[in-house]
Amino acid sequence: MSKIIEGLYYAESHEYVKIEGEFGYVGITDYAQDQLGNVVYVDMPEVDDEVTAGEEFGAVESVKAASDLYSPVSGVVVEVNEALDGEPGLINKDAYANWIIKVKLSDPSEVENLLDAAGYEEVIKNEH
Amino acid sequence: METNKRTCLYDKHVALGALISPFGGFDMPIQYSGIVEEHNAVRQHCGVFDVSHMGEVTIKGPDAEKFVNHIFTNDITDAPNGKIYYGLMLYPNGGAVDDLLVYKRGENDFFLVINAGNIDKDVEWIMQNKEGYDVEVIHESNYYGEIAVQGPESEAVIESVLGIPCAELAFYTFKQLEHDGETIIISRTGYTGEDGFEIYASHDLTCKFWDQLMDSGKAVPCGLGCRDTLRFEVGLPLYGDELSEEITPIEACLGIFVKTDKEEFIGKDVVKKQKDEGAPRKLVGIELHDKAIPRHGYEVLSGEEVIGYVTTGYRCISVEKSVALALIDSKYANMGDPVKIKIRKKVFDGTIVARKFYKKSYKK
Repeated sequence: MSKIIEGLYYAESHEYVKIEGEFGYVGITDYAQDQLGNVVYVDMPEVDDEVTAGEEFGAVESVKAASDLYSPVSGVVVEVNEALDGEPGLINKDAYANWIIKVKLSDPSEVENLLDAAGYEEVIKNEH
Repeated sequence: METNKRTCLYDKHVALGALISPFGGFDMPIQYSGIVEEHNAVRQHCGVFDVSHMGEVTIKGPDAEKFVNHIFTNDITDAPNGKIYYGLMLYPNGGAVDDLLVYKRGENDFFLVINAGNIDKDVEWIMQNKEGYDVEVIHESNYYGEIAVQGPESEAVIESVLGIPCAELAFYTFKQLEHDGETIIISRTGYTGEDGFEIYASHDLTCKFWDQLMDSGKAVPCGLGCRDTLRFEVGLPLYGDELSEEITPIEACLGIFVKTDKEEFIGKDVVKKQKDEGAPRKLVGIELHDKAIPRHGYEVLSGEEVIGYVTTGYRCISVEKSVALALIDSKYANMGDPVKIKIRKKVFDGTIVARKFYKKSYKK
């Protein structure tokens, strides 16, 4: 059973955002990493790049395939998780601790368009 | 919607918790424990694959040798019994109908092993072209199950667990033997770059072999995911990636399996000309100077110009590098030359290298 954490916001495309003040930490869910298998590369944007809710900002790659990443929120990238460059498999170990980008939110109210933990659990159930 | 076929081992894959995906018209196991673990099991010990999706066709009769030579690029004239030949069936324009193995069972008696996704097309092609030849074509894909036991320990595992003597088999040879009251075929062949064997038997016996291997704990169940990473690392082509109706075997650098000194075969004119004068495109290896991963279909560039595309690419498991096989304009196909690959929005630098990223270790 995949781990889902209360208090985070989720997108149907299996990204999460954890809000801390005016910043959001964006990563992929535990369910997503489990579906992908061994993550071998994370294609991340650069600091100061802009991201837009619902639009692609990078990709996570397993041995077999590349999966695009869609940002759940809009804003400016203020930090990328450089640890993933050396050890992309950290996402498999703990997808929530190993966020991918930190975004300064341009519109904090966007999270209202996202799912809560219960809503995301429903999404996963329907994929089976 | 058409439903996919299932092999005789399908329920066992599900019970083992395999990730199942469609491949070649079948629902096939892609991975069990994980591609990397399974890949390494084959390189270091022993892995077993369900390859029952592969197709089998017997061609026999007074003109069988002549007919197989007509549709097949390799030369099977006066082949010894028990020998196996790799080669291709071509369209008149030189594009590949399929790549396949031909087993010489006896005088004018051949056993063809074809790709799952091409079974219907291949059988139709064989039937279309047999006019004027006194041959019998028997399509046996629904009868045979097939497992591939691959890795340095595979000989010992087959002898001790399955009780099938196989040590005396040389690379690319096979034998038929009686086992549990039926005739089975075992060959020293595979698609991993390691020593290994492929066993063709009825569905019931294939299931029994699989269970024996699982119960022994000596063979790791392996899915098609690592079958692809293993074959890719040693530069073996996959139909649909490195070969297709639009790609000739000369472009795919399989010229040694195309015997243009043979009297005739379908497609000979085109491939002979390419062999003599050079083909417009050539399959090359590319090593990227970055961790980004090239994938099938991505563009290859020289400067600003698109010169070809990636046929297969991976973050290589046995040697940790991002590498690709790519079909490019021949005039750029020079070892050591710089090229670029476009991955999503970025362009990455790479170098043209040999098509083998890992050394094969066949037992010959």
